[in-house]
Amino acid sequence: MDFSQLLSDPIGFIAGLLTGLLTGIGIPEPAARVVLMVIGVIVVASFCLVFPLFLIWFERRIVARMQDRMGPNRVGPQGLLQTIADALKLLTKEDITPIGADKIAYNIAPVLAVVAVISIWAVIPFAHNIVGTDVNVGALYIVSVGSLGTLAIMLGGWASNNKYALLGAFRTVAQLVSYEVPMILSLLVPVILARSMGMNDIVRAQEVWFLVSAPIAALIFFASSVAEVGRTPFDLLEAESEIVAGFHIEYSGMKFAMFFVAEFMHAFTVGALTAILFLGGWRGPFAEQYPILGVIYFMLKAFAGYFFVILLRATLPRIRIDHMLDLNWKFLTPVSLGAVVFTIVADKLIPLGAAPWFRAGVLFLANLLLGWITFWLLSGSARRMRQAEEGGEAGHGEEHGGQAEEHAPAHAPAH
Amino acid sequence: MTSLQIIFLATAAATLISSLMVVTARNLVHAALWLIVSLFTVAVLFVLLEAGFLAAVQVVLYIGAIAILIIFAIMLTRRVMQDTGPQTNRQWWLSALIAAALLAALIFTLSQVQYPLSTAGVPDDSLRTLGRALVDPNQYMLPFEVASVLLLVALIGSIVVAGDRK
Repeated sequence: MDFSQLLSDPIGFIAGLLTGLLTGIGIPEPAARVVLMVIGVIVVASFCLVFPLFLIWFERRIVARMQDRMGPNRVGPQGLLQTIADALKLLTKEDITPIGADKIAYNIAPVLAVVAVISIWAVIPFAHNIVGTDVNVGALYIVSVGSLGTLAIMLGGWASNNKYALLGAFRTVAQLVSYEVPMILSLLVPVILARSMGMNDIVRAQEVWFLVSAPIAALIFFASSVAEVGRTPFDLLEAESEIVAGFHIEYSGMKFAMFFVAEFMHAFTVGALTAILFLGGWRGPFAEQYPILGVIYFMLKAFAGYFFVILLRATLPRIRIDHMLDLNWKFLTPVSLGAVVFTIVADKLIPLGAAPWFRAGVLFLANLLLGWITFWLLSGSARRMRQAEEGGEAGHGEEHGGQAEEHAPAHAPAH
Repeated sequence: MTSLQIIFLATAAATLISSLMVVTARNLVHAALWLIVSLFTVAVLFVLLEAGFLAAVQVVLYIGAIAILIIFAIMLTRRVMQDTGPQTNRQWWLSALIAAALLAALIFTLSQVQYPLSTAGVPDDSLRTLGRALVDPNQYMLPFEVASVLLLVALIGSIVVAGDRK
């Protein structure tokens, strides 16, 4: 057990140390392994529960900067302890269960919301040997765990016995279930390029970042992931001006805080997943020798992604519900299908032993072609619609005008 | 008894209990929640068999799609959610008898079979093997394509049914 191992394989080093400690006091080897696994789970879960304390402060400060305000800056250095004070305040609040609420479902919902987010982090590689568990179906696992989050929001909305909460839950289903389609399709592109669903394999395959080989898939993944989190501009599930607060309207104290923690951690997870799938994850100079550098690279990239989520939140207005569905079904889903087909064809055309840069270049050109076709189709349909609208107004007046309105695509926000 | 067997027995018991609760729960949403528990424990069983892909698919399809659809349908009909009527009708004893007979027959048949046990471990890239098998003309290509076409037909059919008639 030498010191250089701590640098090259910190988790293995600590595991070896602890195993030695446990077997030293008479615990058999298999039981020690189980204890180590439990410790690993606790570490990852606590990271996910404590990290939002920092994320919330970070986001409030950044949004405040963007809106020309100061943000929290009184408690602790730079206001860093503000969230801890807020958390303590939430802990002391009364825990209310509304009359007529379904007790079991009402109490399970916030737990499920947090569990769904924490579970994602089980497969996130911080560095090539710092990863919870490197399952070979990582991408599919992330999708499957994400659906638990939908369930949590639905349960919370339904169990609160409140019509606004129920309305929020309905919107959730419409939004989260539909945006899962382009998200999964765009997730398929890095899986095809890396020829594996394991998260670590996807990172390893990115000699050239997949952002170069699959820019369209990256954009679609990012946009639909933001919709999955339910953040501005897709925060219809908690639109204050329409349905008060949506699904968590009846929740108070720590249960509300759990939804809050889940949302912030999920937003950061979007950044982390984008970093892993398209920005090369922990890859960087010397990341293989010193995994701790990999963690730093990964965190920097994840925060870059998270910063964009915040930027969207601070700058975009809320999108209307029909536009939200139009954007998904008429724009994101077809384009992501196109991206999958283009990637497959381009990838097949490239000879096997080609240099990574050549491969990335060809795929980038394929993406350019897809982008050009999309733009051409969109502008064509927009022109036809405009002509139909003008013709309709001249001929029949309101009737046709209304119909053209109905068919007007909501593509504008995507660009 | 190894730890794997203990986990298996606990999971199997959870599956059975939650399945029982699905049919006995009076509240429809609770029944749906128990259904999710039971589907999830089946996913755990897949994990125990080192079939991670099937476990993930089980969660995506059954919990992510089907169970959420069921809950959504129930939520839209909140008024009839609570079942106040009797849970059985006069023929309950007959169906119980048939179910018991079926169980006995299944147990008898399965106990007669000698299962060949393979000593080979699970291949490392079982996922890759599965993927190859699905598109191999000599293996499962035809059923796979037929199922794909069936799903496509269902997809187009639902759009036709839902679309407005001009």
